[in-house]
Amino acid sequence: MNPIETKQQYSDYVDKKSPNSPILKNCFNAFWVGGLICTIGQLIMDFCKYQGMDETSSSTVVSIVLIAISAILTGLNIFNKIGKFAGAGSLIPITGFANSIVSPAIEYKSEGYVMGVGGKMFTVAGPVLVFGISASVIIGIIAVLFTA
Amino acid sequence: MDFIKSIDLMGLLRCFVVGGIICIIGQILIDKTKLTPARILVIFVTTGAVLGGLGIYKYLIDFAGAGATVPLLGFGANLAKGALQEVQTSGLLGAFVGGVKASAGGIAAAVFFGYLASLIAKPKIKKQ
Amino acid sequence: MKHIGKQTIQFDAPPTILQTASIVGPKEGQGPLAKYFDQCLEDEFWGEKTWEKAESKIIKETVNTVISKSGVPSEEIDYCFAGDLLNQCISSSFGLRELNIPFFGVFGACSTFVESLCLGSILLDGHAAKNVLCATSSHFCSAEKQFRFPLELGNQRPPTSQWTVTGSGAAVLSSSGTGPYITMATPGKIVDMGIKDANNMGAAMAPAALDTLITHFQDTGRKPSYYDLIISGDLGYIGKEILTELSETKGYNIKSNYEDCGVLIFDKENQDTHSGGSGCACIGTTFSGYFFKQLKERKINKILLMATGALTNATTSQQGESIPGIAHAIAIEN
Repeated sequence: MNPIETKQQYSDYVDKKSPNSPILKNCFNAFWVGGLICTIGQLIMDFCKYQGMDETSSSTVVSIVLIAISAILTGLNIFNKIGKFAGAGSLIPITGFANSIVSPAIEYKSEGYVMGVGGKMFTVAGPVLVFGISASVIIGIIAVLFTA
Repeated sequence: MDFIKSIDLMGLLRCFVVGGIICIIGQILIDKTKLTPARILVIFVTTGAVLGGLGIYKYLIDFAGAGATVPLLGFGANLAKGALQEVQTSGLLGAFVGGVKASAGGIAAAVFFGYLASLIAKPKIKKQ
Repeated sequence: MKHIGKQTIQFDAPPTILQTASIVGPKEGQGPLAKYFDQCLEDEFWGEKTWEKAESKIIKETVNTVISKSGVPSEEIDYCFAGDLLNQCISSSFGLRELNIPFFGVFGACSTFVESLCLGSILLDGHAAKNVLCATSSHFCSAEKQFRFPLELGNQRPPTSQWTVTGSGAAVLSSSGTGPYITMATPGKIVDMGIKDANNMGAAMAPAALDTLITHFQDTGRKPSYYDLIISGDLGYIGKEILTELSETKGYNIKSNYEDCGVLIFDKENQDTHSGGSGCACIGTTFSGYFFKQLKERKINKILLMATGALTNATTSQQGESIPGIAHAIAIEN
């Protein structure tokens, strides 16, 4: 092997030396766990509709129930095990959004309920709301301009 | 149990497969890029809002139901859909009100259950 | 003491490492080195309410243990050097605030332990002190909270990531004693080869370790085979391999007598620690618990102890800065 002189050479060398994530296994686990979470959501949805609720309300109930389950599993120290196993399978569904709000809330409890729980709750999920809501406002404004 | 009889099994299968595939896309982003979880969530919610705004995402929802609404793409699409609907009834004000209004349930639930969990739970080490 | 070569210090009256102590967390207590530590804790909180308090308690109790083991009354310890990973080194300053020994807070990230031993030895050989205390600590939970994510977040750790060791290591150095002696010190330069991935610390620190190692050999004229063991702090599996290969390209073969504390402290297969251990306490506890006993029992007689540190924080990594590395080495001989 030749001596390494530049940062680029070193970066290429490190990439070669660093093991890759087991992507096939990870994708398989993400697929079935993610699919399963969505299927649970669909069952809740079907049940709400069966009870006579409309589409929009049923969809909201699905979100609330899945978020509540995620909060409980996060508090019981189970969600991080699911997350370690399933990766994007539990991150991408609304469960991941819930976990990213609940986990800092628990972690920063030691800094008090106002600045700890209240202040740090959105350290991970805050960007989701910032970008999601901003996108919706922009889309709304574009719609106003086009209809006018 | 009439409810159990009423379940559309093919619909569930479509939901499972589409939801799973969306998660695979996320997993590829995790493994192949150095993106943090927060960035991946942002990419999904923004993409969802754009697809929702363009009116494309609703076809996926029609096809896969919760398989499309439960992933964060659906959250983004729902924000966009809410804004578009509200614009029709109340104009520019709707652009600001609509998105959050449509997603209020999810956001409020996450905040409330997060606070509740912090009251009860204690941080613990990962026993991995 | 005198300056030899580019950056090495040779001590005239080499200070003795009188005694060491180590306390580790539960995961380390299930690892391969468990029986060498003074105490393995049952849980990470150790009866405290926060991770930060727990870490302070660990360093405090480790220091108390080393003082009582050394037989030197604490009034006769002239100075204390200590540091850790938490912002402003609060584990050390809070943990040692009741110690009543003049205190130097030291920050060298995970290289803090050897940095403290270097500075302590300089004070002793300069006749400015008779006994010096050196200590360091780290805690998996407080480090995750400060540098990465909340513990309950369901994320996956990439295979290059390392596991911060929970624990504390401490040593009492003395100007009089019968060894093991600190004979030389090679403080390292900051080396940055542009690695930005905070989940690949071993790769970020390996170039600094290489620089210090080669400089030490050049300054002293020693060869790798002079030492029974060359020990690095927390390069982990990936960093260890990189250092071994890069040393060879510079003409120094360290394959047969090189160990890394991050590799030794956990069982990679059963403990799922990916690329190995890291943190100030990685070399702090492994040296204090394992290698010091080996030196005392004369199973090994000459070692080069080299602690590696990643001089980064959560803000700079968010700003996309690369991770500067550092490595400090000391030669310890019977």
